[in-house]
This record gives sequence, C-alpha cells and structure tokens, in this order.
Amino acid sequence: MSAEPSPARRARRETVTGVPRSARRPPGHAPARSEISEQTTLGHTYVRSLMRSQLRAALRALATLALVVGSLPLLFTLPTALDGAAVSSEPFVWAALGVGAYPVMWLIARWYVRRAERNERDFTGLVEGR
Amino acid sequence: MNQTYAVAAVTVVVLATVLIGALGLRISRTTSDFYVASRTVKPGLNAAAISGEYLSAASFLGIAGLVLLQGPDMLWYPVGYTAGYLVLLVLVAAPLRRSGAYTLSDFAEARLESAQARRLASLFVVGIGWLYLLPQLQGAGLTLEILTGAPDWVGGLVVAVVVTGAVAAGGMRSITFVQAFQYWLKLTALLVPAFFLAAAWLGDDAPRARFDAPAVFREHTAVRVDDTVRIDVGAPLTVTVSGRVDSTAYEQRRVTLTEGVHRVEAGTTLSFPQGAHVPRRAATGTDPHPASGREDPQSWSQPLAGGRDGHQLYATYGLILATFLGTMGLPHVAVRFYTSPNGRAARRTTLVVLGLVGAFYLLPPVYGALGRIYAPELALTGAADAAVLVLPDRVVGGLAGELLGALLAGGAFAAFLSTASGLTMSVAGVLSQDVLPSRGVRHFRLATALAMAVPLAVSLVATNVPVADAVGLAFAVSASSFCPLLVLGIWWRRLTPPGAIAGLVAGGGAALTAVMATRAGLAPGGWPHTLMAWPAVWSVPLGFLTMIVVSLATPRRVPAGTPAILARLHLPEDLVGRPPAEDVPAESARVQGGRR
Repeated sequence: MSAEPSPARRARRETVTGVPRSARRPPGHAPARSEISEQTTLGHTYVRSLMRSQLRAALRALATLALVVGSLPLLFTLPTALDGAAVSSEPFVWAALGVGAYPVMWLIARWYVRRAERNERDFTGLVEGR
Repeated sequence: MNQTYAVAAVTVVVLATVLIGALGLRISRTTSDFYVASRTVKPGLNAAAISGEYLSAASFLGIAGLVLLQGPDMLWYPVGYTAGYLVLLVLVAAPLRRSGAYTLSDFAEARLESAQARRLASLFVVGIGWLYLLPQLQGAGLTLEILTGAPDWVGGLVVAVVVTGAVAAGGMRSITFVQAFQYWLKLTALLVPAFFLAAAWLGDDAPRARFDAPAVFREHTAVRVDDTVRIDVGAPLTVTVSGRVDSTAYEQRRVTLTEGVHRVEAGTTLSFPQGAHVPRRAATGTDPHPASGREDPQSWSQPLAGGRDGHQLYATYGLILATFLGTMGLPHVAVRFYTSPNGRAARRTTLVVLGLVGAFYLLPPVYGALGRIYAPELALTGAADAAVLVLPDRVVGGLAGELLGALLAGGAFAAFLSTASGLTMSVAGVLSQDVLPSRGVRHFRLATALAMAVPLAVSLVATNVPVADAVGLAFAVSASSFCPLLVLGIWWRRLTPPGAIAGLVAGGGAALTAVMATRAGLAPGGWPHTLMAWPAVWSVPLGFLTMIVVSLATPRRVPAGTPAILARLHLPEDLVGRPPAEDVPAESARVQGGRR
C-alpha cells in the first residue's frame, strides 16, 4: 500500500502535473490497484466498500427528498382533514410547489455531489496509499 | 393576434436551428462526434443542452394550461420533472456514464451480458420515445393552428422535417449546440413577457386568481366553440347564443341555461356577461381525454380538498412516483450522459441542470395563474395549452403584446424542436443499432427518418391529448421499466438476465397496458379508473419486486462479469485499468462496429 516511489518517478510526476494520468501509475505500483484490476477477493472488498459509501450517500439524499418534498401532499390535506375547509392550503401550495421546492432540491443535489466526490477522493487515497 | 410577427418568430427559430445544426455539421467529423460529440462536452454547455432538450412543450405550454384548469396542485408536474433529475443524479448519473454504453440497450447488454435483455430494452426505448414524441408533434400543430390558423397537421410536419434534417445531418455534436441555444431561448421567451405581464397585472390592481371557486369572466366575452363540448353549468346562466345548444338552433338569442350539463355544438358562439362563472367541460360522455384521471369534475377547482375517497391524493402520489423515478429512463435523457467526459463531470453537469431547470420552472406557474384571471374561457374551449400564447395579446395588448406573443411562439417552437431532436436522436440510435441490418452513419440517417415517421403518422390520426398528460404517461412507463433496471443493475450484484427481463415485462408492460386501456376508454369508473390512469404507484413496486424475486430464483444466471462491470461503474475513471487516453478511440470504434 505504501510502496515508496523512486526519486526519478517523483520528479516526473511533478513535471506532468497529472495530465497523462497513465504515466502516474505503472502496473504493480500500487498493490491495491492491482488487487482491483485483477479482481481478487481483496479487490472486490475495495469496490464493495466504495459502493456502500456511495449508496449510503444516495439513500441519505433520497430520504431527505422524500421527507421534505414527498410529504407535501399529506401536509396539503391536513387543513381540510383537521377543520373542514376553514383554512385553505392554497397559498401554502403555491409557495411550496411554485418556489420553495427548487432551492431545496438543488441544495440536496449539491450536498450529494460533494459527498460523492469526497468518497471517491478518499477511496483513491486509500488505493494509491497516499 | 397578428400572424405576421408570430410566423416570423417561428421562422427565425426554425432557421436558427437549421443554421446552428449546419455549423455543427462542419465540425462533426468522426463517428464518435456524430453519436456522442466525442465525449468532450463541458458541463456548462452540456447542462444547457440537457435542459434545453428536457424542457419540452409539456413544460413550456402544458404546465400553465394545467394550472389554469386545475389550480396549483398541478405544480407537481414541474416539481416532479426537476426531482426526477435529482433522483437520476444520486442513483445513476456517474455509473451510467462510466458504463461506457451509448443507449439504455447498450447498458442492459453490458451489465447483463444478454442479447435478449438488450432487445427488450430497445423495444422499451423506442416505445417510450414514440410515446413522448407524439405530444410534441401535436403541441406543435396546436401552436401553429392558434397562431396562424393553419391546419393542425402543419406544425407537426414542420417540426418533424426540421428535426429529421438537423439530426440526420449533424448528429450529436450539432444537436448539442442547437439545444444549448434553445434552453436560453426558451428561458428568455418566458422571462421577458412574464415581466410585462406582471407589470400589466399590477397596473390592473393585481386581481387574485381564485382556484377554490369557478373562474369568472372579467368582461363581456364571446367564446367560439370549435369542437362540440358538453358543459357543466353550476348555476342558471344567461348567455347570448349563435349556433346550436342542446340540439336547438339560436341566432343571437339570449338563452338561460339551467343547472346541469348542456351540449354545445361545434361552431357555436357563446357570449358571456361580465362576472359570469365560466362553465366547466363536463367529464362524462364525450370527454376526449379520460386519461387525465380527474374524472370527477367537481375536484377540478378543489385541489386535494377533502381528498374525496383519497382519489386525488393517490393521483398526486402516482404523479410523484412517475416523474421522480421516470426521468432516468427517458431515452433522450440517458443518451446525454454519454457526452460527458467522465463520471465526475456527469454529476457536476446534472447539478447545473437542476439549477437551470429549476430556474425555468419558476415561470410557467405565473402564466397559469394569470391565465386563470385573464383567459378563463380556455377552460371551456379545451385549448388551455394555449394560455401562454394568448396572454400577452390579452393582457398587454397593442404592438407590445403582439411582439411578446411572437417571442413566446418562438420559444414554444424551440421547445418542440429541442425535445423532438433529442428523442429522435435516441430512438434513431437504437433503431440503427438493433433494428436496421447494417450500421454506420448512413443507416443512422435512415433510422432518423423512421424514428420520426411513426409518431408523425400517429399524431395525424390520433385525437388530441393534453400535452402534459401525454408526457406523464411516458414517465409512468419509464419509471416502471427502466428505473428498476438501472437502479438494480447499478447497485445490486445478484441481478440476472431472466430477472431483468421479467421485471421489464411485468412493470413496464403493466404500466403501458394500464395507460393504453385508460386512453382507449376501457377503464371502468371510480377507483379502477384512478388506479389505471396513475399506474406508477403499483407498477413501479411490481417492476422492482419481479426483478428481485426472479433474480433470486435464478442465482446461477448471475453474469460472470458482474464484479468487473460493477467495479467499472463505480470506480473513478483514473483508477480503472484502461488509461483514459485510449478511451475515446476504443469506444467510438465500438459504436461504429456495433455491439460486441
């Protein structure tokens, strides 16, 4: 996992700053990488761990969406269910569906994108031994 | 409405589409360019293109029309269309891009290693694509008819010809530019008139749109009924009639319509006094679109009120499930992800799309509410989809009104063109790979013509369906078929080809059957009708369950390459065995040479 790169390699990595990415990772350099590419049991465990963390992030985002947006139809029926038609839910419907839902959904999306990218970064770090 | 400006605006949009398409043709050189724009489209441009493609006539015209008819509850449509992208983002965006496949059929084959699954997926792609193309063409016909009085098949034909030309000529590269342009055009076309309309509304002492009571004519209004309708009069109503009502002919006579349902024949003109309630179209008998699921006319203007037998609540959740989960399976949406350079870019692109689409959807409700105040008779004539187009003339008036109307007409045409291009592109992609014998760009062009010819032919013979409703059906089928396939394919190791096939048939087939039966008027009234008009609530779980149960029952059929495929779907590109430098040539060769 922590194979020490040779000085020559380290110098080359600085000059290309990662553009031809294949140059950065010759076969056998990072053991974890070869575990994955050769599909060993350990390699599968690595992939599973990434999948699990990504799925967790996705499910969290979906749960938030279901809770915040998916519960609205029930909320809208509450006034009528509670006290007949005394209070109209109409202004609330306009505000929630016309305007409010969009920023909420965008914020959930942004949280997820950041989370998923962090998961991938962490995973790459783990595999590359950095 | 002055036809000259509107025709000019539509012509400009059509010409701009052709010109930008031609520009793309000049730089569209390789097969990879042609199909996936060489996978080099940057998030900003790609997001605008995706949004431009996604915001169809249902968004541009349909939402305002539905809000006018049925009130703010119909805002679930735009919320659902947007949330669909969020669900797509969190569950499938990056893995779908990393799968390296081009169409949903490619995905099915790569993941399941089964040619049978591929063929079935192709069938659904084409079916959903055609189901979605149909309302675009009909909407175009309606728009041109309202603007210029041209017969209703002209608009559909114009869109079909332009789209077929642009797609066949330039492929994905040119379509990307065209659609990015059309997003900004559509946004501008709704935004600018909205300001003028809002100003005029404020100058009019800001009357409130009422949705909890029948709409009211603000002034003496003459309404010409073009198609025979049955109207439901809530209270005795005195109108001046020229034509035939309840089989009696009148000539400029004042008639008091009693409470109940009356039949107004085509060509009749009704003049309503100021302050009269707008009668509703009766839902029984000749109602041409029973699929709307609002078979109870009383609930039209009472969104969710009382939740009568829970029908309305059920329908709302049916709509939510269909749109939230259906977006990911729309063929034109899925194809777009392959144009991103990598999975990370696909995610970031989707985030930008959510912002662009959300910003756009702030506008249609404004038109819906203003339409309820200023153009209530559209609920009677059944042309509610036209609310967006007629409002500037009605509210602002004069030259400014005509110019704004022309801008909206141009925007509406951009909506038809962009969505239809995307759909044609993806349907043609599947047809050329899986149906037509040989492959290559020339056959792709043949497939394009075929992809457009079928829905065009159907649109000429089928009755008009409200645009947003018809689109809702495509979503329901997609949510019940491709959503289970994509979600389980990406996240579940034990999916087998028999399971996937059974799930596609059970979920998608059930949704399609229910939708078609409702459309054909075969569904009995009451709960069965509601259940069949909004199938997503039961057909999505059915699709998932069938897929899971059959997969578990056939554990030996788990494809041998599953671990490798899942690793490729989820690992960041720079960790996967193949260097990115070889990515493009290898995959374009694959597209050219067909599936392996």
